[in-house]
Amino acid sequence: MWGILRQRAVVDGGLSLRRTRSALVSARSYAAGSKEMTVRDALNSAIDEEMSADPKVFVMGEEVGQYQGAYKITKGLLEKYGPERVYDTPITEAGFTGIGVGAAYAGLKPVVEFMTFNFSMQAIDHIINSAAKSNYMSAGQINVPIVFRGPNGAAAGVGAQHSQCYAAWYASVPGLKVLAPYSAEDARGLLKAAIRDPDPVVFLENELLYGESFPISEEALDSSFCLPIGKAKIEREGKDVTIVTFSKMVGFALKAAEKLAEEGISAEVINLRSIRPLDRATINASVRKTSRLVTVEEGFPQHGVCAEICASVVEESFSYLDAPVERIAGADVPMPYAANLERLALPQVEDIVRAAKRACYRSK
Amino acid sequence: MATSFSATLPLHGSQENRLLLPPIRLAPPPSSFLGSTRSLTIPSSRSRLYHAHAARRSPVVGVQEVVKDKKVTNSLLITKEEGLELYEDMILGRSFEDMCAQMYYRGKMFGFVHLYNGQEAVSTGFIKLLTQSDSVVSTYRDHVHALSKGVSARAVMSELFGKVTGCCRGQGGSMHMFSKEHNMLGGFAFIGEGIPVATGAAFTSKYKREVLKQSCEDVTVAFFGDGTCNNGQFYECLNMAALYKLPIIFVVENNLWAIGMSHLRSTSDPEIWKKGPAFGMPGVHVDGMDVLKVREVAKEAVTRARRGEGPTLVECETYRFRGHSLADPDELRDAAEKAKYAARDPITALKKYLMENKLANEGELKMIEKKIDELVEEAVEFADASPQPGRSQLLENVFADPKGFGIGPDGRYRCEDPKFTEGTAQV
Repeated sequence: MWGILRQRAVVDGGLSLRRTRSALVSARSYAAGSKEMTVRDALNSAIDEEMSADPKVFVMGEEVGQYQGAYKITKGLLEKYGPERVYDTPITEAGFTGIGVGAAYAGLKPVVEFMTFNFSMQAIDHIINSAAKSNYMSAGQINVPIVFRGPNGAAAGVGAQHSQCYAAWYASVPGLKVLAPYSAEDARGLLKAAIRDPDPVVFLENELLYGESFPISEEALDSSFCLPIGKAKIEREGKDVTIVTFSKMVGFALKAAEKLAEEGISAEVINLRSIRPLDRATINASVRKTSRLVTVEEGFPQHGVCAEICASVVEESFSYLDAPVERIAGADVPMPYAANLERLALPQVEDIVRAAKRACYRSK
Repeated sequence: MATSFSATLPLHGSQENRLLLPPIRLAPPPSSFLGSTRSLTIPSSRSRLYHAHAARRSPVVGVQEVVKDKKVTNSLLITKEEGLELYEDMILGRSFEDMCAQMYYRGKMFGFVHLYNGQEAVSTGFIKLLTQSDSVVSTYRDHVHALSKGVSARAVMSELFGKVTGCCRGQGGSMHMFSKEHNMLGGFAFIGEGIPVATGAAFTSKYKREVLKQSCEDVTVAFFGDGTCNNGQFYECLNMAALYKLPIIFVVENNLWAIGMSHLRSTSDPEIWKKGPAFGMPGVHVDGMDVLKVREVAKEAVTRARRGEGPTLVECETYRFRGHSLADPDELRDAAEKAKYAARDPITALKKYLMENKLANEGELKMIEKKIDELVEEAVEFADASPQPGRSQLLENVFADPKGFGIGPDGRYRCEDPKFTEGTAQV
């Protein structure tokens, strides 16, 4: 089948090659499977399977039990596993996060839910000082197999104190692993890997993605399915410009890539999946292929994830770059409430398209 | 005499040590702190009201009362072996800390070093009752807690010198003593940080019993200071420990000073033991300069926890003879207060008790002191002779799973590259 398409491409010329290639690629990036799953169900099934496989795994957080989860991610777990394994905690982030860390020191595998990662700021001392640094401070004696999960980043109209993206903050700390899934397959695979991982993992979900459905393969539905931590995924192959992003922005980048394809620019979209460790190898290999970089994130621009990616590419692939690196981030303001202002404060598909065109020297 | 628990506790122990308690009663008016030169500012009428209210609200009341004089029953609190064990442990703590001061001023030790001189009775009183599988969580003033828990003096001294033979291979330092073998779960620099971690370790004991169906009687002892008792995490954990009935003992080493901030100046109600009953657990106040009193209280608290009756808050009134750290000029505490507590040195007190009750003679105690001196000197020599960590150690142990360093430029996991830990970091 490949052979026939290649022949046809040679006959028709460059344009149709791009079209057929992109059609193939998008069929390939979602493995052949007619099943669809929401991210919410993917996360729920991942936690459920890991809890049934290992009795040391337990869930704790606010409203995870009787309320079925503030965003219904832990739905049904209390009924299935009982109150000894699904703990509704009081509103004490510092306290229950510390309890989770202490339990991990002593050999259990807690999954600590933050209602949003904004609330993790009340517990950040434990995430960083007693979880991330412990394996190093104790010279390998005490490892902390804990997962901190919850929605991260902007939602819809929730205001400044509920909308910050913490990827950059946590990803700067050695000793933590920071993951940010996009699709249902990402969510399942990465959460299962995180729960099985012997190190502290910060798992940044996105509230607006919870309800989105994605096709999911049979392989991903298997209970031993696991994605490797530290490897990015090339969601869409291209050859003109590399767009690197994570979480919800992957969806925006894919839409932008569609729009760019109409204008003849073939964009390669990389879904980071793992912010720490950052898959610099994949990013740099892609930039060396396309020579142009656009990075997108929702968080604040200064010292963000995009800054790190740009620095890495400039350090390692400078001579391959044909254009300055482009960085798109949220506006440098606390998140406003008004719907139109919020839209202006976050990257949109048009922004990504514009930046990619700028990188290709195609802007007006 | 030791202070006791509320009446709802069934008593445990031999007939001689039986503490006699009436049923639920109002607590007597509080006594002033035993040694401080400043007096409490709480007016007695307000405190009476508090106690009355507390009694109405819950059956568990912080009780502070004088127990019948044990001398009447003509039995001692400890046997000879126990006495010598306690003495040896306290002498080890004191000598070790004195040696630390010497080494620091000679430049062998560096950074922040916080010494425990004067507080040995608390560490010895509690930790000598624990087994190896019980856990201890401490603060930055953790050398003696580690020593009492069983970490060797050599390992602690090497750690302080930053050598590879230290208990954390030189990566932790004075404030971060960890030992998985002895279940010493740290060594935390932030005050209050250890309390939730200790609560989590106690949570694991309960989880192992109830969910994993393993037999587990391990308790956790959390040590922290008076300054920590104004921190939010302390209250969050008192609440959850009582709520989940965790096998934990919260030990407040109230030495009245948080660096230069007097406890009485920074706390609205300085009597910390009272905060236990507010959360539904017994709060006990004990003289922390007397190792035997501390030990009696510790016995009840530990037994309570092992039986599954939940947490206890024990406030040990103690004093640190040196400054907050070796960098602290210690100018704010007045000499009269220091002299008053120096006269109540726990080691001298135990020595006196042992000799008066004919449990040991001068010669045996001198032998112990000599043995410990040699041990500490040997620890210093060992630490001096040990090598510094190798260069490759810089990048080790960041993750338990080494793939945490991610993918290298060649597309393989960095940790699989044999050159990874050899040279400078190219992460």
